[in-house]
Amino acid sequence: MIEVKNLKKYFPVQKSAIEVLLSKKIEYIRAVDGISFKVEKGEVLSLVGESGCGKTTTGRILVGLEDPTDGKIIFKGKDITKLDKEEFRKVRRHLQMIFQDPYASLNPKMKIGEHIEDPLIIHNIADNKEARELALQMLERVGLVPADQFYNRLPYQLSGGQRQRVAIARAMILKPEFVVADEPVSMIDVSLRAAILDLLMSFKAEYSLSMLFITHDLSVARVVGDRIAVMYLGKIVEIGETRKVIHRPKHPYTAALLSAVPSFLKREIKIEIIGDVANPRDPPPGCKYHPRCPFAKEICSKEEPKLEGKKHLAACHFPLDLNL
Amino acid sequence: MLLDVKNLKTYFYSKRGVLRAVDNVSIGVNRREFISIVGESGCGKSTLAYSIIRLIDTPGKIVNGKILFDGKNLVELSEEEMRKLRGREIGMVFQDPMTSLDPLEKIGEQIVETIIEHQDVDKKEAWERAAILLEKVGLSGDRVNYYPHQLSGGQRQRVMIALAVSLNPKLLIADEPTTALDVIVQEKIMDLLEGMKRENRAVILITHDFALAADRSDKIAVMYAGWLIEFGEADKLANEPLHPYSEGLISSVPDVWEDRDIKPMPGFPPDLIDPPKGCRFRPRCPKAMDKCINEPPTFSVNGRIVKCWLYGENK
Repeated sequence: MIEVKNLKKYFPVQKSAIEVLLSKKIEYIRAVDGISFKVEKGEVLSLVGESGCGKTTTGRILVGLEDPTDGKIIFKGKDITKLDKEEFRKVRRHLQMIFQDPYASLNPKMKIGEHIEDPLIIHNIADNKEARELALQMLERVGLVPADQFYNRLPYQLSGGQRQRVAIARAMILKPEFVVADEPVSMIDVSLRAAILDLLMSFKAEYSLSMLFITHDLSVARVVGDRIAVMYLGKIVEIGETRKVIHRPKHPYTAALLSAVPSFLKREIKIEIIGDVANPRDPPPGCKYHPRCPFAKEICSKEEPKLEGKKHLAACHFPLDLNL
Repeated sequence: MLLDVKNLKTYFYSKRGVLRAVDNVSIGVNRREFISIVGESGCGKSTLAYSIIRLIDTPGKIVNGKILFDGKNLVELSEEEMRKLRGREIGMVFQDPMTSLDPLEKIGEQIVETIIEHQDVDKKEAWERAAILLEKVGLSGDRVNYYPHQLSGGQRQRVMIALAVSLNPKLLIADEPTTALDVIVQEKIMDLLEGMKRENRAVILITHDFALAADRSDKIAVMYAGWLIEFGEADKLANEPLHPYSEGLISSVPDVWEDRDIKPMPGFPPDLIDPPKGCRFRPRCPKAMDKCINEPPTFSVNGRIVKCWLYGENK
């Protein structure tokens, strides 16, 4: 469905005027540093990691909000990073994104209904009358009823949960094939999160959507994702089926993340993680995780491990064998 | 008992009307106890915390109740007396450390100022103490010379905890201290807070994360729409919640280790200026009965406090 090959995104580091004068070398932050994965039709891949690991940048590149420094994104048989503007516009309707902050993703001056009609009109799919009709149906579908009342409201009149329903409606109105959901519930009241996840999953089932679900929360990843990819400092360190990654983690970082997640079942597992995450301007040599890894040996600081395995892959010289 | 809040009411007076943010809440905290107050945004959990240290500004006001802390009723203290008590007896850690740290001052200076302001020590000794405090929260002592912007979010929160305990308070209140942080950093901050019990302190954690509360606390208090609706031992409450809201909230959140049947909760929290009549959870409650049109009293069930008609004598 969508295949990412060796995707890279380097951001130039902002320097002060003096630094620029003194040195000609431009430094880069390797936000995404050569990652590859596939998302099949109807599949949800959860992209998990801490802030700054590159998960959001990856999502933004996939829907064309950011240009990659290198790499390919194969969608419907074509490398969409090579398309010109007009060609990309045609593909864009099949690629949608739902953002984390429902307070920032809606235009405060636009009616709720217009937010949902807009994509239909931009892509010449419906005239104004049809678009209105479809928007009303969609409002009903996402639970914003009575739809004709919500149609005329402005974003400030809606709660966070309702705004996120609008964002979902806007993304789904074009019946996309691939959706990037970037932490869609992390800013929503706890009691409303499950309903938003349910709504997303119902669209996934109805449209056989493929989805990249970006989250920092492994318990959410457990419910939504068929597979999980774990990112650390711009790299995928582990990827595999959800159950396998959670119960039989191979990478020490995945295991450390898992043991830090608060749970109702008090599990006595404690996988250590040393210190803080490295400065992305100056990542460590070899395995980027080695300074924090309690299991690191000499080779880890010299040679970068490859992402290896059959269906469950990990980038580690000494993968763990745990059964949690 | 270290802290005994009795029938506390904190209201906000707005143009639209009176917002009953904390409405008749009673809660007790023992020495060396870790208590979590759980609830959604707007349920009154932060207002309760700020009421305890009397940091409620107009248009808000404590309109009723007692806050007995170590024998003193804080509601009756003067602002001057409260200022002496804050920090020294009750420490506070806020959600966003950047709003409480001065960006232009080295963190050491900020700790030293606090110590000198409240205690009779000279500058040199205060700097030494600041370094020791930082080491206690897992930062190297030389960080006294750093500015806040040179630290990560987790490190800044550690500095906040060092500041909060610098005057050796008996109670530490932490308002969503890890909401903006990653899980690995969260775990370390929580280890620090839990360690406060060994130093003879009590901890009140304000959080929206039920799993975190279940994981860390001795007792859990659940708030909804300004009410304390359930309060009791953490393990028991998390495994066998009595109030339908606690039950609904717990069964709506996923858990990393088990497949749970996640049930979304219907509706949304009420407007506290015009809350529903009777039980404030009634419109969302799957177990609502005729009786719920009247406000339920607080019942005690095997040591658990629960504000729900299901536990009345003759339901």
